[in-house]
Amino acid sequence: MSILLDGLSLGAIYALIALGYTMVYGIAKMLNFAHGDIIMVGAYAILSTLTMTGNPYVAVIAAIVVCTLVGILVEKLAYKPLRGASPLAVLITAIGVSFFLQSIAQLAYGAKSRPVSLPSFGNITIGGVQISVATVLTLVIGAIIMAALTFFVKKTRIGRAMQAVSEDRGAAQLMGINVDRIIMITFAIGSALAAFASLFYLMQIPSTSPTLGSMPGIKAFTAAVIGGIGSIPGAMIGGVLLGIIEKVCQSISVISPYTTAIEFSLLILILLVKPIGLLGKKRREKV
Amino acid sequence: MGKTKASGFMPRFKLKHYIHYIVIALFLIVMMILSSNGMLPRATITLLSRIAYSIILAVSLNLVVGFLGELSLGHAGFMCVGAYIGCYFANFLHTVIGSPLVVLILSMLVGGLVAAVFGFVIGLPALRLKGDYLAIVTLAFGEIVRNVIKNLPFFGGAMGLNTTKYKPASLFIVAFVVVLLVLALIQNLIRSKHGRAITAIRDNEIAAKAMGINVTFYKLFVFVVSAFFAGIAGVIYGHLNTPIIYTVFSYNYSIEILVMVVLGGMGSISGSIIAATLITYVNFVLQNKLSGDLAALKLLIYALILIVAVLFNNAPALRPLREKLNFRRLAEKFSKKVRHPENIRDDDAAWNRIDTKIKMDEILSVELQPNGAFEPDRKKKKKEEK
Amino acid sequence: MSDIVLKTEHLGISFGGLKAVQDVNLEIRKKQLYGLVGPNGAGKTTIFNLLTGVYQPTTGTFYLDGEELTGKTQEVINHKGIARTFQNIRLFNNMSVIRNVLVGLHNQPEFKCNPFVSMLRLPKHFKTEKRMRDRAKEILRIVGLEEERNNLSCNLPYGKQRKLEIARALATNPKLLLLDEPAAGMNPNETAELMETIRYIRDHFDMTILLIEHDMKFVSGLCDEITVLNFGTVLTQGDTKTALNDPEVIKAYIGG
Repeated sequence: MSILLDGLSLGAIYALIALGYTMVYGIAKMLNFAHGDIIMVGAYAILSTLTMTGNPYVAVIAAIVVCTLVGILVEKLAYKPLRGASPLAVLITAIGVSFFLQSIAQLAYGAKSRPVSLPSFGNITIGGVQISVATVLTLVIGAIIMAALTFFVKKTRIGRAMQAVSEDRGAAQLMGINVDRIIMITFAIGSALAAFASLFYLMQIPSTSPTLGSMPGIKAFTAAVIGGIGSIPGAMIGGVLLGIIEKVCQSISVISPYTTAIEFSLLILILLVKPIGLLGKKRREKV
Repeated sequence: MGKTKASGFMPRFKLKHYIHYIVIALFLIVMMILSSNGMLPRATITLLSRIAYSIILAVSLNLVVGFLGELSLGHAGFMCVGAYIGCYFANFLHTVIGSPLVVLILSMLVGGLVAAVFGFVIGLPALRLKGDYLAIVTLAFGEIVRNVIKNLPFFGGAMGLNTTKYKPASLFIVAFVVVLLVLALIQNLIRSKHGRAITAIRDNEIAAKAMGINVTFYKLFVFVVSAFFAGIAGVIYGHLNTPIIYTVFSYNYSIEILVMVVLGGMGSISGSIIAATLITYVNFVLQNKLSGDLAALKLLIYALILIVAVLFNNAPALRPLREKLNFRRLAEKFSKKVRHPENIRDDDAAWNRIDTKIKMDEILSVELQPNGAFEPDRKKKKKEEK
Repeated sequence: MSDIVLKTEHLGISFGGLKAVQDVNLEIRKKQLYGLVGPNGAGKTTIFNLLTGVYQPTTGTFYLDGEELTGKTQEVINHKGIARTFQNIRLFNNMSVIRNVLVGLHNQPEFKCNPFVSMLRLPKHFKTEKRMRDRAKEILRIVGLEEERNNLSCNLPYGKQRKLEIARALATNPKLLLLDEPAAGMNPNETAELMETIRYIRDHFDMTILLIEHDMKFVSGLCDEITVLNFGTVLTQGDTKTALNDPEVIKAYIGG
């Protein structure tokens, strides 16, 4: 039971990161390899503001601001000039950006992992099971964010414009939608979500290092693919699923050393058997 | 247009096609003489051996990235397989066969072949997936290999696999001979009908299929060949560094190889050779100077190379700059080997004219030819079809 | 032995309930120039996609020289003898003109050459390459692109790009050539020249050609038989003049 709960809260983090991937992929049609590293940026932002002010709430707000700004900057400087270029070029640039953020963090803060002391909320007991408040918070806030995001995309003007850009960028442009602005907003939202992800991550594992974001980033992309790229509920389901699988694998001693291998094999398998994921839409190339 | 007959005949000897072999061979001879006289310092020999396997890695990755047009982020994984299998096999062979050279060659073949089998397995997803998804699959492959090898007891786990160390002074000569062979094989492949088929798939897969090109075969073939050579590079690496530790073959190492390919130019063999040499050299020089956190400077340089090189070569807005700084054209100008020297300026002008014309057509086509009305999902827009 | 090259029986495809093409029956004889016309969205290109294996038909079958090819992949269908051009030109843009044609020649049995033979540069490799080049030049001469053979294909003017697509398709040595709007974007002079080229190809190679075209002058000047499609169904079939004057056809084009 506690394994499931652990998996659920880890899954909520994956889901949040996966949301960022899925939004950017769905709208800008690119795999933002640096998304995981934005989480790392958020973690360092929290670390810095915490040591400066000591106030965790200020730290969270600072992380959101910093992540959003970094996300927008990256989009403007690295990805926007490549709009219309080959996907291979965009992908390689994204890898470059990921390396860039990691190396800057390492130069500024050192390669060693640094402890981050977020206030501990202790544990509560629900129905005989002890759960940390952090887990509950992760789940509740995660669910609220996802619901808000779904509402935003479905019901607001900008959200509908996003859907239009995702369907057909050219047609959206002809209809007077400012595609560049929509893509920028998408990056901003995705990066803000990454800031939340870094908060939840630090609540569970209270230390940060320059490579903090890369593994969760790749795993969250797996989650996004499992759920179906471009689908918000898909990202949630995929994230939670992956979190539970990871925790279950880790709890069985025979296979626990192979957890990474199992997760990635699962990724390859899903890409091969059902590349559109659980809730994705099929696309057909026009001839 | 100037030549009518000469260009049709295939076995023409062009110096520039063979320039890398000549340079490397001459270099090799000089080094052999130096090393037999004991004039080569140990550090230089280590550096040279590193350059050798880096060249093989870069050129074989270029086959996938530059010529097939797919991104592979697991090249270090193939190298890892080659290193462990080849060296494990070599350790066994040493008990059976006396001649170290034979053992070396056999272990390279075995390491390469097993890596090729993995290349085949990774090539299978490449048949269904493209671009981002395939890149993720190759990345996942690299991580799986590392994760599994770490947990296999007979490969030594975290302690690493001990290899019988060859004398570096003799190993680097073998390594360079292998480099020459690999270069010849890859170059020959590319400059043949098969190379044309591979680049055709990269340029326009739909058209290639319609021309009856067996896309399945060629994609698998490229992955297998590339993995084979990466495996051989791994065996060379393994014989040079004892013990082999799985942590080396990380995602970061795969990216380092990618940096070589991107810096040298995707689809340029000589570019890959130069970039591999350069990066290995810089790495070697810096490895003692940049200790601790300053090691991140290396990552920073890699990141900048990837971003700047790709932006420069691909950003639509930078085309005028590219035209101005077209190295190949500049080189051609200097060597006076321009095919149509009088046409160069016209070409540029024509480019601009074509641009506006395409724009006109696009607008027209929206009005007059909304063809393919029965396509169920017309989400793919025109620009993406390019 | 009949001289029917292509035969389709009740060929059709639907995309999620939408019947894009249904019940198309074609019979095209050897050396015939056959036209496929119809308003936009009538399903003409879809038929090409069915005949070349890009889409798999949901109903019906088709035969080339009596051999059923339904359900085969694009590569196999091309080997069996159907080659096509594309409505939105799909050349290999980064290759020279002659290389485009060489790619078309790639699969001809006479130019078979194992990749390992090429990698080891055995004599057979050189022989094959030389013969391929000679053939490619001959094909380029026929469509009138020999002079441009070393230019990059993306630098060719529009009309010549269309011709190069035809040359590339010819290189695969097809029994049936499918041309998707070969005259689109050409001026009247180029169109007239193209008509000559197509006739020459028909006579020189004993080629059977099925073409889609919007230019009615082009169709009536070239094709002896046509099929008119509308909303995925056959409106009328037969002799070009009669079919084009069919009131149903006129109604479909003008609307009403």
